[in-house]
Amino acid sequence: MLIFVLLIISLPLMTGSAYSLTVGIFSGINALVAIGLCILMGFAGQISLGQAGFYGIGAYVSSILSAHYGLPVIISLALGMLAAALAAVVLAVPSLRLKGHYLAVATLGFGEIVQIALNEWGPGGPSGFGDIPQFGIFGHTLNTTAGYFYLVWLIVAAIMVFSLNLVNSRSGRALKAVHGSELASNAMGLDVVMLKIKVFVLSAVYAALAGGLYAHYITFINPGSFSFFYSVLVLMMVVVGGITNLWGGIIGAIAITILPELLKQFKEFDVLAYGLILTLSLMFLRKGVVPLLIDKFKKPEGFRVD
Amino acid sequence: MSRCLLINLKNLKDLELIEVKNMTKYFGGLRALNSVNFSARENSIGALIGPNGAGKTTLLNIITGMYAADKGEVFFSGLDISNLSTLKRSRQGISRTFQHLELFGDMTALENIMVGRYSKTKAGFISSGLRLPFVIREEKEAGRRSKEILEYINLGHRTNDIASNLPAGEQRTLEIGRALATEPRLLLLDEPAAGLNIKETRSLGEMLKKIRGEMDITIILVEHDMDLVMHISDRITVLNFGEAIAEGTPPEIQNDKTVIAAYLGVDDE
Repeated sequence: MLIFVLLIISLPLMTGSAYSLTVGIFSGINALVAIGLCILMGFAGQISLGQAGFYGIGAYVSSILSAHYGLPVIISLALGMLAAALAAVVLAVPSLRLKGHYLAVATLGFGEIVQIALNEWGPGGPSGFGDIPQFGIFGHTLNTTAGYFYLVWLIVAAIMVFSLNLVNSRSGRALKAVHGSELASNAMGLDVVMLKIKVFVLSAVYAALAGGLYAHYITFINPGSFSFFYSVLVLMMVVVGGITNLWGGIIGAIAITILPELLKQFKEFDVLAYGLILTLSLMFLRKGVVPLLIDKFKKPEGFRVD
Repeated sequence: MSRCLLINLKNLKDLELIEVKNMTKYFGGLRALNSVNFSARENSIGALIGPNGAGKTTLLNIITGMYAADKGEVFFSGLDISNLSTLKRSRQGISRTFQHLELFGDMTALENIMVGRYSKTKAGFISSGLRLPFVIREEKEAGRRSKEILEYINLGHRTNDIASNLPAGEQRTLEIGRALATEPRLLLLDEPAAGLNIKETRSLGEMLKKIRGEMDITIILVEHDMDLVMHISDRITVLNFGEAIAEGTPPEIQNDKTVIAAYLGVDDE
């Protein structure tokens, strides 16, 4: 944890290049979505192929409110998260009875609906819109890349601490219990339905926060960024990183964000190499990078009392 | 509801904690239960026995609300709970174990018990995420209580072991511990001795008597192990093809002609 923080702090100091910082910013934004999906899938055992929908809602709501209605970014961001939370409740209530593949298809459908709605009704339609205000607070606009890098990773750190606390608490255990056996959870007095709604909302809020941060950084958005492909990308991040560990979300997000950049030196073979690396990692690192490393270095530990 | 009014100190001990009246349940065309009456007194151990397919587990599922009854009522502590969900019944004090183990396999033994403490604690998503002071206190208390329960069921040495790695017998005991953690008034056990050897079954019997005696919990068990049933039960109800064919104390059941004919077969003891 400490090493990680030091690494993040030192990165902008070591390299002044705006390019690597931008990749760092995208890693952080993706990490937020991935952490949410990790909790949803790895802990609560619910699948979602519609995270791009929440990500898009966060981006569009925050952009529209700040660009067209002049709201301060920090408020529009919060409202974007609220909108995604409401959408998550609307999605969760009918989908709760579904499991496995069926839930996957329902969330996929949700993502597609959002995508179509953005294309049809979003400002600028399929070509999107720009002039989105940059992130600012109390009249100070944050317009340096290094500044935004720190902001994003500060938020990632805060969300990570919050999420780690959550999964190691009564509620986190309840989520794991729902994953383990809904039958027993119910008999033990766990409100399974409510827990599922809550965890859906949580992952949606994380994704919407990420979407807002994305929009206010690049100041131009179009529906293409929030397509099904993005949902799959996030899924890939958590699977590669390790779905049962929140650090897997972060590591996976960084890996999947950086990998295509590193592979650019292979020129036309980059997509091939990308596919090959992913396939190999799924074949040989089934549990994900982080859980495998943990298995290697120490015994798993649960809640302890002295 | 009239039952409530009957409560007074004199017959408190004799009060039926759980009462199932005229219970009928169909699965499609199959009648799994036919006007079954069943009850268990406060602080007693009741057993449900009968051949496979007699409707024992169905009856348990109806008491916990996992199946909806087609006809009939369930009273708990004098109150009609027939229309309550499993969740609400659990919070009223009905807990259970499962014939086919339903442990939270990838969690430790202690964590399994701690899930049982869920309804006794309050921290929600946000307060847990922020780790507010009351959450820390609550976690410590839940951890301590759960550890006590583990010691009580003799699984103290398994505290940090993953539940699915425990031997079958210990997994069954762990399920009982998890159910105890909800602080139930009624504990339903579905074949707790299945897969246990003679020694394990005997210590299970001792543990159940201890639980009834020390924790004031009423126990109902569905069981095929006749030694265990005859040894620990106060009352036995025999089901056969969805009907309650006999009810009584262990000696009464052992000498009941219908039971011997329908279930135990030829006298072999």
